[in-house]
Amino acid sequence: MTSMILTHTGVITRRNLLANVRLRDVLILSTIQPVVFMLMFLYVFGGAIRAALPAAAHGEYLYWLVPGILAQSAVFGSAPTAYGLNSDRTSGMLDRFRSLPMARSSVLAGRTLADLLRNAVILGLQLLVGMVLGFRWQNGSVGLLAAVGVALAFGYACSWVMAYLGLVIRHVEAIQAAIYLVVFPLTLTSSVFLPTRTMPGWLQAFAEHQPITIVANALRGLILGPAALPAGHTVGGAVLLALTWTAATMAVFVPFAAGAYRRIG
Amino acid sequence: MAGPIVTVQEVTKRFRDGTTALDRLTLNVPRGLVFGLLGPNGAGKSTLIRILATLLRPDSGMARVAGFDVTRSPGQVRTCIGLAGQLATVDDHLTGRENIAMIGRLYGLSRRDAARRTEQLLQRIQLGAVGDRQVRTYSGGMRRRIDLAASLIGRPQLLFLDEPTTGIDPVSRQDLWRIVRELAADGTTVLLTTQYLEEADQFADRVAVIDHGRLVTEGTARQLKDRCGGSVVELEVAGLLRSRALMVLEPLAARHIADRDRIVLPAPDGPLTLRRALHLLEQDEIVPADVALHRPTLDDVFLALTHPATAGRPT
Repeated sequence: MTSMILTHTGVITRRNLLANVRLRDVLILSTIQPVVFMLMFLYVFGGAIRAALPAAAHGEYLYWLVPGILAQSAVFGSAPTAYGLNSDRTSGMLDRFRSLPMARSSVLAGRTLADLLRNAVILGLQLLVGMVLGFRWQNGSVGLLAAVGVALAFGYACSWVMAYLGLVIRHVEAIQAAIYLVVFPLTLTSSVFLPTRTMPGWLQAFAEHQPITIVANALRGLILGPAALPAGHTVGGAVLLALTWTAATMAVFVPFAAGAYRRIG
Repeated sequence: MAGPIVTVQEVTKRFRDGTTALDRLTLNVPRGLVFGLLGPNGAGKSTLIRILATLLRPDSGMARVAGFDVTRSPGQVRTCIGLAGQLATVDDHLTGRENIAMIGRLYGLSRRDAARRTEQLLQRIQLGAVGDRQVRTYSGGMRRRIDLAASLIGRPQLLFLDEPTTGIDPVSRQDLWRIVRELAADGTTVLLTTQYLEEADQFADRVAVIDHGRLVTEGTARQLKDRCGGSVVELEVAGLLRSRALMVLEPLAARHIADRDRIVLPAPDGPLTLRRALHLLEQDEIVPADVALHRPTLDDVFLALTHPATAGRPT
């Protein structure tokens, strides 16, 4: 049975990845978008805030931005999970899968895994563009790889949130609105683009403890070293906190999404 | 192995908006037949198929497919069925070949078996030559055939075909019926829903008519027609004279069928009834534009059974 689940998950993952590769316009645009985002923030914010950066950024906004944008992309990159499931439901593909003698968990597992792999490609591309522009990691390649791992893990957890949204909200426009409503404010009120120090006190209190900041901090610690973290934080502590958020998100939303899938009728 | 492949007992399904899709429906489908489910839009045909395909749970009542209870053993039910038509779909960005093979893999076939069966099925639906093109480049009829092939790869005992010919061209339609006939000959039971009565008339061994979630009648097309009272006389009378003609023919239980603009009356005595009707009209100097004496079509049966009130009254 377990090997059957793996086979089915593999079949569904492959099917979803093929859709990514073959919808050429979607592929190109969704790859360009994160790079454009990075360039935009780099050149719009970069000059203005050099002074506010911690010493570990070497006075370069790019050094601050790259780990942050990896965290942001991991979250943004989970949105296609919601759209994909919604479109499979609307088209009748989910009904076909549900009428087959296959493990039901494979549909959600295959969808989230395909989006994880896609996310890995996009994060790699962003790193590459960052390096071309002059970004260098400061904490060894193990640190860098660990950072990418933490970002992808959190993105994967977000995929389960998106799977839930994609299954409980019927109209694709409503899904889009829900995602924008949550994801945009959360990334802007985080340390992704700017250090939280300059925010008003009440916002700072929120910004410092919300999960995207926590993940961005862990990535900065792993990529730039402990000096990039707020006073009193250690790299190990930051990573542990990020992984705890990841695990907690999954603990809540894997069963939620699975339940929503069972309730489709 | 004997006994009906589908047993439905007192199944009720209500939706959250308060509509009752199925109202204590009871129905049996014998093995190895092409069984037609007829009914107007919203009669509950698709809801019934969704319940039998384990996509929807009934509120009450019992439904069995191939001996397995659809709510208690949905996994076993799924190994016995194939789903095609309006309800199911194929993947646009996969090729025809990939679509069929993917479903084969999900039925649990090994990669090699799935590939081998896919080739056989592509031959059968005559799409071998375009099997490597993405489905989004296919016509509606080609898509429907891929959909059918995908639902057959698990060698189902029972195939659901929900509105299989809606929106496809006549050639694909003929092709589809050819495949359905072959399947039935091989012993697969085919449960199809359709709005095209002539299709059910022509291709279904047995027909059930459902309306408002209830079984109205069930039998062979021939039995249904006989139940409707043998032959019918059909008259075309021009606009102004029509109500007068209906009045004159009232003793013969004539009624006006609005959507065909014909006066129809039962002809238990065949030609004698026809002569009587013409005689009555002649006394009033009404000359019909067209006259026919024929066996009732399923259309006649359908109208008489699902709209007894409106069908019996002149409009």
